[in-house]
Formats: sequence, C-alpha cells, structure tokens
Amino acid sequence: MTLLFKIAWRNIVRNRRRSLMTASAVAAGALAMLLFLGYTTYIFLGMETGNVQRTGHLSVFRAGYFLYGTGNPAAYGIDHYRDVIRLIAQDPVLRSMVNVLTPRQSLMGIAGNYSGDNAASRTFIGEGLVPSDRDRMRRWDQYGTGNVFPPDPRISDADVNRGLIGTGLARILNLCVPLALPDCPPAVAPPASAERPVIVNEELTELASRESAPSAPRSPGAPRIDLLAATVGGAPNVVSLNVSGAQAQGVKELDDAFVLMHLGLAQQLVYGRSEHKTTSIVIQLRRSDDMAAARERLTRLFRGRHLDLEVRDFGELTPFYGQVIRMFTGIFVFIALVMGMIVLFAVINTMTMNVMERTNEIGTIRAMGLRRSQVRAQFIAEGALIGVIGATFGAIVAVIVAALVNASGATWVPPGNNVAIPLHLNVAGRPAMALGAWLALVLVAIVAALLPANRAARLSVVDALRHV
Amino acid sequence: MSVMQPAQRSSVVRLMHVGKTYRAGVVDVEALKDITLEIPADRFSIVIGASGSGKTTLLNLIGCIDSPNRGAVEVCQQGIADLDDDALADFRARNIGFIFQNFSLIPVLSAYENVEYPLLLVGMPAAERRRRTLAMLDAVALTAQAHQHPNELSGGQKQRVAIARALVKAPQLVLADEPTANLDSANGAAIIELMRRVQADSHTTFIFATHDPQLISHADEIFAIRDGELTEHRTVANR
Repeated sequence: MTLLFKIAWRNIVRNRRRSLMTASAVAAGALAMLLFLGYTTYIFLGMETGNVQRTGHLSVFRAGYFLYGTGNPAAYGIDHYRDVIRLIAQDPVLRSMVNVLTPRQSLMGIAGNYSGDNAASRTFIGEGLVPSDRDRMRRWDQYGTGNVFPPDPRISDADVNRGLIGTGLARILNLCVPLALPDCPPAVAPPASAERPVIVNEELTELASRESAPSAPRSPGAPRIDLLAATVGGAPNVVSLNVSGAQAQGVKELDDAFVLMHLGLAQQLVYGRSEHKTTSIVIQLRRSDDMAAARERLTRLFRGRHLDLEVRDFGELTPFYGQVIRMFTGIFVFIALVMGMIVLFAVINTMTMNVMERTNEIGTIRAMGLRRSQVRAQFIAEGALIGVIGATFGAIVAVIVAALVNASGATWVPPGNNVAIPLHLNVAGRPAMALGAWLALVLVAIVAALLPANRAARLSVVDALRHV
Repeated sequence: MSVMQPAQRSSVVRLMHVGKTYRAGVVDVEALKDITLEIPADRFSIVIGASGSGKTTLLNLIGCIDSPNRGAVEVCQQGIADLDDDALADFRARNIGFIFQNFSLIPVLSAYENVEYPLLLVGMPAAERRRRTLAMLDAVALTAQAHQHPNELSGGQKQRVAIARALVKAPQLVLADEPTANLDSANGAAIIELMRRVQADSHTTFIFATHDPQLISHADEIFAIRDGELTEHRTVANR
C-alpha cells in the first residue's frame, strides 16, 4: 500500500504540470461547490431561524384549520386552550424541549382610519399574540446567525390596545405622517369614476363610535385605527388599535394588510363576550433537531386524550421555505453535476495520458509479477491522490474566500425580506454536506481514473513491452 | 528442421510442440512453428537468430508473459497452461527475472527502490528486503548510486540496476532480451562479465535472446532459430 501511494505520488510530481492542471480543475470544482454550499447553508439556516422566530417550530391547530380554517379562523378556535398549553408544558418529555409555548389568534377584517378628515379602510390580515412571548421567540438563534432582535417596545403585554401594522397598510390608511414613515409619496387622487366604499366606511365609523371607545384608551401620540371583524357568532364587532409603529413586510400583499396586536385585543374582536379561544398554540423548541420527536409526542398526547387537534411544522406553514430549499438544492445539484463532469473529464484525460506514456512501464511491472488488479489499483491511487489534493486545496481556498467575504461586511436583501442583512458564507455550517462534497469530488476522480486504470490493467504484457 | 541434443542436466524449461501465431492486421503470422526444446538449469543459454526469427516470442513464452496457440510450455516444473492470469503473475514474481533491452527501470524509483521492488511483490519482510537489496547493489557495484534515479544513471549503470533487480529475488530463471543492444562495446562487455559472474555465484539459469557476438561467445547453450523453427541446439564444451 505504501509503495502504491509512493509511486502514485512520485508520478504526480513527475508530471507536475499536468497534475497541477488536473488538480486545479478538481480544486475549482471543490471551491465552487463549497462556496455555494456555504451560501445555501447561510440561506437555509437564516430562513429557518427567521421562520422559527416568527412561527415557532410547531403549531397546534384545531383539526381541519390548516386546510380549511384560514378563511374563517374564528370557527376553528381551540377550546380551553389554556388547558392544552398546561398539558404540553407539564409533559415530562416536551418540557425539556420547549423554549416558548404561546397562544396565537389569527383574524381577518377591515381596518379603517376615521380620525380627522380621514375615511380610509382596507381589509386586513391580523395576528394576536403575547408580546413578551414574541420577544423571547425573536431571540432564538440555535445556529448562531446573529439575527436576533431586542425586545420590541412598540408592543407590550401591559398595553392590550397597542399594535403594529404593515407599512403598506399605514400608507393606505393615511398614517404616513403620524408614523413618520419614509418613502411615502403623497396619495394620488383616484379617478372620478372610481367607486368609493362609502357604505363600509360609514358602517365602520358608526360601529367604531358605538363600541370601541370604552376599550381603547388613546396612547399619547399614537394614531388610532379601527378594526372591524365578524365575531364567532357572526355579529360585526369593532375594536380600536393604537398604532405604535409600522413594520415592512417582505411581500406587498401582506404589507398592505398586516396587523399585529395583543392576543387579548384579537380575542376581544373575534370572540366578543363569548369564550376566548385561540387559533393556534405555537411551540418554539430549544433545538430544531427535536422537532420530529416533539411532533410525534404531541400527536400521541392529543390522541391519547381524544383532543381534536393537529400539529404542523413551520415548513408546512410557510411553503416558501420548502420552495427555496428545493430551488437552492436543485441549483447546488446542477453545479455539482457540472463540476463533477469537468473533474471527470479532466482526470480521465490526465490518467489516459499517464497510461499511454507508461505503457512500457506497465508491461515491465506486469512481467515482474504485478497482478492486473494491482496495476488497476496503481492508477486508481493516482486518480484518488489528484482528487484528494485538488479537493483539499479547493476546500482550503473556499474557507479563505468565505472568511474574506464574511469579513468584508457585504450585505444583501433576501427575497421576501425587507431589510439588508450581512452576507455570510457558512462553509463549515453543514460539515456533513461539506465533507460529502469533498468526498464526492474524490470519488469522481477515482471513477474517472477507473477507465484508464482498467485499460492499463487489461494491456497485454507483450504488447505493453513492445510499446515505445 | 529441428535439431535437438538430449540435455545432460535437469531442465528448467521444456517446450513441447509449441506454436505461436500472431494476428497482424488481417494476416496471420506464424512466429513459432512446432518448437520442442529443453533448456538445462544453471546455464548461460542463448537464443540466436535474425530479426523476426521468433527469438523474442520464444522468450515471451518461456517468461510466461505470452501463451502458445499450440503445444505445452513447462517452466520450473510448472505447466503454464494450468495457471490463470493472477497465478501466472505470482509465478513470475517468484521464479522469473527479466532484463530488458531498454532497461525498463521504473523512473520514479531510485536504484535502491527499483532493486527492492520485486521483493515487495513477493511480500518479503523489510529487514530481509533491505539486506538483499544492499547486497545486490554491492554485487553490481552500485552502492554509491543507490539513491539515484534512473535519469541520473548512465546506460551501463541502468542495466546493472536491471540485472540486480532481476536477480535480487534469487529466481530460478532470468530472461534477457538483447541486454547489450543499447550499450557500447565496453559497457556491453562489462555487463556480460557481470552477468556471467552473478550466474556463476547464484547458479541461476540465464536465457538470452541476442545478436551480440560478444555475448554469444559466453554461451553454455546455443539455440538457433530461423523463421520460427529451431534449427540448432549446441552445447558448448568446457563450461
């Protein structure tokens, strides 16, 4: 074995220019694959972190909500949700896994601004949550991405009536000035023929004046909007929300409709005086690795108690996440295939030349008693060494390039996001994948060497000795 | 016409009605025709003949690197037809040493490593390998050049390394195809003298294919081949 690699190494050194070119092709392959892998790792971990911060790892819904309930969230409220939370919190298996366990209420309705001369309204998509739980969830950073957020003072447990809205919705509701929003050009008057939602606005104004006043003390300086929704019983209901800030959403449709409020306010709007429920119980785990086990445990727990509940993970709740993963995985596979082909042909070419040049030597060593399999192993060892050298060099360069990029302070705005974040190439983020890419290239080099090595092994000794 | 004299010593090589036909393009070339011969052990045997007469083919068959189309080949009391490719390789590794016209040293190995190489193939322990290699290099007067690579050696030195490599495993048989053809006369004479001496010391059977009159003059046994047929076998007296 030592002799095998000694001869292989010396032949590589002997044909150093050719070996260098081939190893460079392998290195370029490793560099491209590992840098892209570092980039996708960064994307994947960043997206996972963002999703887990927003929606937790797992969400518990009433059965059927996930498929049918978003059109009418109130109808799919979880009965006695505090008991369910207690059940999860006290479970001996889940207790050690859970980081945050919090109820949430999804809702839809119409948001309107009728202060002063305003008469603007717009359908909204809202979410009610426990602000302190949200703050804790936004600190989750298992992978050390650095994307953590300090407590958000704009929404707190202490003030049920405060909330945030999307910047698009703020613009539509004429709240640019009160919220001091940038990038808020003056509204263009609608065409004269355009219909105005007079009836809705009038109804909303009337309801607002009748119902919201006692429950919504105005926060000093905060503009107030009215939210209209149908209660679970079908009756219209209105609450007032003191808008403490606007928060841009990555998708315009959501940005134009987004309302984030205290859970109590959302429940008041949806359930009125009837029993307050929630549409979901969000579970953020300490570690993503526990997700499957936690899900299985939850399912077993609910089934054992005959609870009409289902569990979904963040991947199911945000299909975009899965789509991005699949897209980047597809691109990675494509790059890996292209690089693999380049490496394959480069090594085949080099090893074929080596076999041709050393045909007489092959005849000599075969005559001396080397078996065909040993001749094959000799050339495969050379291919493998070239692969190892090239892939290792490429990996080292990839680590250096990644470190330079990471230190450069470059930023980018990911799709679906609204703020620039640091560009980070996480080459070592998924060591198994990085090792897999390295091994794959070495394997390709070995496979590439196999063809010329077989040719060398099959050579007739007499013909090889006769070769000049 | 086949002329054969009965061998006086035990035979290391026996060929019985051996024929070898090559395919050259669309033409079949009969390189050897019904050769029957015995080569005695512990002798300096030489196969002579014009170019294309079949000398190298005969050596290839004896060296077990080629197989006959007809007849039987027995080397060191082993029927070659009974062995598969791996067994033949192992057989060569243990029993046969080769010396080539163009030296055929492994260019990336030093003189020492080239000589040691056959011992690695037979799995000899490191200490014994080292002892034998150094002794062999000493025998061919190349101790000082042990760590030089083939491209740093002269033609004569290369051939001495090749001789050492062929003999280091103490084979029963050494085959040499035109071993002096690429050497000047002085170097050729030195190499012949060396091989003669080593053969006398080791009692190894040497079989050469050559045109070199200088080498022929040292022969114990001479086999003459013409057009693929053995035309003469002569034992030289007083050797």
